[in-house]
Amino acid sequence: MIEFRNVTKRFPDGTLAVENFSLVLPSHKATVFVGSSGSGKTTLLRMINRMIDPTSGEVLIDGEDVATFNPVTLRRRIGYVLQAIGLLPHRRVVDNVASVPRLTGVSKKDARQGALQLLDTVGLDRALADRYPDQLSGGQQQRVGVARALANNPDILLMDEPFGAVDPIVRAELQLELNRLQRELGKTTVFVTHDIDEAFAIADQVVILSDGGVIAQVGTPAEILANPASDFVSTFIGADKGKRTLRLQHRDGDNATLVVDADGRPAGILEAD
Amino acid sequence: MQFFLDAVRWLTDPANYAAGARNPLPIQERIGEHLLYTVVAVAIAAVIALPLGFYIGHTGRGRQFVIGFTGAMRALPTLGLLMALFVIVGATVPFTRAAFIASIIALVVLAIPSILAGAYAGIESVDRNTVDAGRAMGMTELQIVTQIEIPLSLPLIIGGIRASALQVIATAVIASYISLGGIGTIISSGIGLNDNNRILGGAILVTVLALVVDGLFAIAQQLTKRRSSPGAPRRNTHVRSRSFGSAAVAGTTAHEGEN
Repeated sequence: MIEFRNVTKRFPDGTLAVENFSLVLPSHKATVFVGSSGSGKTTLLRMINRMIDPTSGEVLIDGEDVATFNPVTLRRRIGYVLQAIGLLPHRRVVDNVASVPRLTGVSKKDARQGALQLLDTVGLDRALADRYPDQLSGGQQQRVGVARALANNPDILLMDEPFGAVDPIVRAELQLELNRLQRELGKTTVFVTHDIDEAFAIADQVVILSDGGVIAQVGTPAEILANPASDFVSTFIGADKGKRTLRLQHRDGDNATLVVDADGRPAGILEAD
Repeated sequence: MQFFLDAVRWLTDPANYAAGARNPLPIQERIGEHLLYTVVAVAIAAVIALPLGFYIGHTGRGRQFVIGFTGAMRALPTLGLLMALFVIVGATVPFTRAAFIASIIALVVLAIPSILAGAYAGIESVDRNTVDAGRAMGMTELQIVTQIEIPLSLPLIIGGIRASALQVIATAVIASYISLGGIGTIISSGIGLNDNNRILGGAILVTVLALVVDGLFAIAQQLTKRRSSPGAPRRNTHVRSRSFGSAAVAGTTAHEGEN
């Protein structure tokens, strides 16, 4: 369980990124922070592994204040996936994944063995293990990024807009893979995105943030869709433009039932269970 | 053309390489001394400048100071510095060693700016996202420097050492004014004897030595570049162009030194 208690972060240049933020992130669930730029979502994420320290307030992991941990040891037991991926360009794929356990003293042989298994876990062909990162596609690179984040078998997985740099088709594929991993591994996942559809596709708990880390609404995707707490939330999830209000439309010609949005644009078809 | 050929003939005359030939011969001993001065001066400069450059590049601290300071060091007239050091050092140690110590200090001062600039520019050129990823993985700052920043900036770091080695080779020639050995003694004895073959022969020797050393460093840069971005790099194009830029800078400095 991760808990934010009255967390405020003011950067040296005076920007107030997060003010008096309190929230509980349940264990073994995926919590998604969603908001536009300036909502403080990345700042919140980076306070969990002490890449950023709060100006005031506490971040607790299983009841213990992270400020009491050495940042380096803390980061070694928390997985982190970056939007920029950030693989080490001078190391082979397998060594990129193995470099994390190597830091904690695992032997080279064992680290590589574990890395190869992780490539299987994230759905990467082992044939790519000896390639260098720049010989991989963006989607493959981010799979390596996820494998690296899982390398020390952490309880917590932090993901900072991890699929922002890949094309929509690959992104959808990676989202499905992440859901599969989440079912299999049950990590406490914290995911940051500005894409509400991505948030709904991944989250157990969605946290919609407005400027300065103010919580606009917290809930499951279903709760938020059913009862947007404010006009801001309605706008953010697209409910005000009719994007979320779908109707059924019967087609006489082929006897299909279409699901259409407020504009009459087809969103899908309805199928009986 | 004729005196060039004469100089080459002098350079290829076996008598000038015979053991026990009159000072400043035999030639190979002077070449050996020249290389020794270069290696000692560049090594001392590297021991001082590399850690400092890594520190500045990694933390960004002291950058302005160092840019100003190295600029000032570059502007020092080496001959004047050499003479001043010779007088100062000569007051405390015996004459024969004073020349060596004063020359090495002057050459180290000359060699530091390029090495320092190569080191901090190299570290700074490493993609901040890669560094951020290393930190998030749980690397200590020292591990970030040794496992990410130095390996990825080796071509630029070597480029700095390359430029400084060339400057030292070129400048060590004038150390013969304060009776240091090396190829400079061949040239200055040629001036004393009014022997054009020696003057030109010595100049050719220095030039060839500089070119050979430059070539070796160029090979080292190529090898480290390949290690840091193997295969067909699609995303590393900007890193490459930067490295080429530094090689061009190194080339220019080398020419300045030789003139």
